[in-house]
Amino acid sequence: MRMLVVEDDVEAQRYLVNGLRESGHVVDDAADGETGLTLALSRPYDVAVIDRMLPKMDGLRLVQELREHGNVTPVLFLSALSEVDDRVKGLKAGGDDYLTKPYAFVELLARIDALMRRRQPSAVKTKLQVGDLELDLLTRAARRNGSSIDLQPREFRLLEYLMRHAGQVVTRTMLLESVWEYHFDPQTNVIDVHISRLRAKIDKGFEPPLLQTVRGAGYMIRAGA
Amino acid sequence: MFGFRLFRTLAFRIVVVYLALFALSAGALAAFTYWNTKRALEAETDQTIQAEIAGLSEQYQRQGLGGLTDVITARSMHAGQGLYLLVGPLAHPLAGNLDAWPALRRTGSRFVEFEYERRVGGTLERHPARGRIFHLVGGLQLLVARDIRERADTERMFTTALPWSVMLMLSLGLIGGAVMSRNLLRRLDQINSTSREIMAGDLSRRLPLSRAGDEFDTLARNLNRMLDRIERLMKGMREVTDSVAHDLRSPLNRLRNRLEGIMRRLPHEGEEAAEIESAISETDRLISTFDSLLLIAEAEAGAARNSMSAVDLSALAHDVWELYQPVAEESGIVLAMVPSKSVQVRGNGNLLSQALANLVDNAIKYTPAGGKVTIAAERNGAGAVMSVADNGPGISEEDRPRAIERFVRLEASRHSPGTGLGLSLVAAVARLHEARLELGDNRPGLRASMIFA
Repeated sequence: MRMLVVEDDVEAQRYLVNGLRESGHVVDDAADGETGLTLALSRPYDVAVIDRMLPKMDGLRLVQELREHGNVTPVLFLSALSEVDDRVKGLKAGGDDYLTKPYAFVELLARIDALMRRRQPSAVKTKLQVGDLELDLLTRAARRNGSSIDLQPREFRLLEYLMRHAGQVVTRTMLLESVWEYHFDPQTNVIDVHISRLRAKIDKGFEPPLLQTVRGAGYMIRAGA
Repeated sequence: MFGFRLFRTLAFRIVVVYLALFALSAGALAAFTYWNTKRALEAETDQTIQAEIAGLSEQYQRQGLGGLTDVITARSMHAGQGLYLLVGPLAHPLAGNLDAWPALRRTGSRFVEFEYERRVGGTLERHPARGRIFHLVGGLQLLVARDIRERADTERMFTTALPWSVMLMLSLGLIGGAVMSRNLLRRLDQINSTSREIMAGDLSRRLPLSRAGDEFDTLARNLNRMLDRIERLMKGMREVTDSVAHDLRSPLNRLRNRLEGIMRRLPHEGEEAAEIESAISETDRLISTFDSLLLIAEAEAGAARNSMSAVDLSALAHDVWELYQPVAEESGIVLAMVPSKSVQVRGNGNLLSQALANLVDNAIKYTPAGGKVTIAAERNGAGAVMSVADNGPGISEEDRPRAIERFVRLEASRHSPGTGLGLSLVAAVARLHEARLELGDNRPGLRASMIFA
């Protein structure tokens, strides 16, 4: 995948670029808004990671200009500003996701992954399947290996999100944001408890376990460990 | 409402006091004028009568009774205001323009007053008169008097007109006072409502100026200048906070990233990996404390005010209840939700959710297994109320104010994890929403309520 990173903090940029390259991506970088915009307009990218506060042209302006030129490259904003307001501003300006600094690198990777998948719109699915676990989005029914599983509405949404991102790491923050629509971290790690409940319902008594914990990152659902 | 408030305004009270003083002095002036005019008119009448008596007595001395009678008869012909009656010893009229001796009323002085009938254009009218009796030899008596009808009319006019004019003056004064107070009140209301908005956090608002350039405008201009200054300071503070956020978070970012990088290169199992992982979670705790502080600062600056919308506390509470349900269950605590209809308030849903989550989190932490935590969102007499009640150890009454203060963690809870900023954030969110945060006794346990007026 081709990526553009626009970040003015030299060390953060080096770390980010190295990390992305290690993960197998092709990365271009820029240290200010103007260079970033020129690069973004001259080459096709799969994803752009842009800091909100940049010299010469700030991140918001950069993305606004990009969108005015008809460029629809998915943009992930990085920002030290964590206010919901700032997030809304970022998304209004044309950003597709917003990540507050400091972030875990796995979180960034997970979000980039999700952004790139969103870019390839699949046919409207009414059924999700991972291994022998099936989720019918119309009847809101879950079955594993033929036997039906009783899920609460929120558990259903949690499982749906995980299954839509099957094979991808999904972080706790991503789950809080998409399943609960909360933009804060509760003091206790409530997500872990919800996951362990869900796990008890879909994995207990079945082989192999589908819902896995990804150390230091989050969770992933996939067929065959 | 407006009318009732009117009477309590300073302007109206001033008007009433001045009106009373004015009415008093105007009344005194009118009374003095009345009294003086009356005295002058009386004196004039009395002098005229005195002069006539003097003239008549001279005639009498010079020409005797006959001469006197002639003069009286002559004067009676074109009398005007003058009244004359000469009577004999048996009170039969000898000369003059009065038909009969009238019933006299003594006054304090030598003068007498009486009423008589006078033919005015074909009708008889009773007129008041004032005069003096002059005794002649042989039991003859002469009454010399003047019609004082005009004078009495003037007096009556004065006494009837006075209360009316006083009443007119008072009502005009009251209307004027009311209008004036209303205008003042309107200006003050503008200033008050703007101040409230500013206090609520909208520092960009300014007091309205009129074109009058009066004292209120001077006041408003000064206040506006003060607000400009405060806004500049706040903006400066915000900029500092923002750049601190940027400058401090970036190094934290790098620190976390380095640790993460090291961890990725290490084999998953092993002592080093565990060490690095705990260093990462230490960094995360540092970051979250830092985030809470920034969030509290933001909430206290009222900056999130612009992102307020209609929020249903009941739905919000239900979501938080659902989020914490499994957590409570794991700790062996019953988490209950009091069902209620929708409770609408204006607010920032995310901050309110976070505040409620903090309260629930705290309640679960401090309630021993087997306890019960109850979430409620309802509208009662006090307004919209969102509360979390537990039956844990509670907080003693003297410790409650301290519990809300920043960084303060109560001695009894030192062993529990948490940054201690939970309740402080709740307090800041409450302030942002102009809600009251109350810590009360749940007998036993703690009841924390946010009351939206």
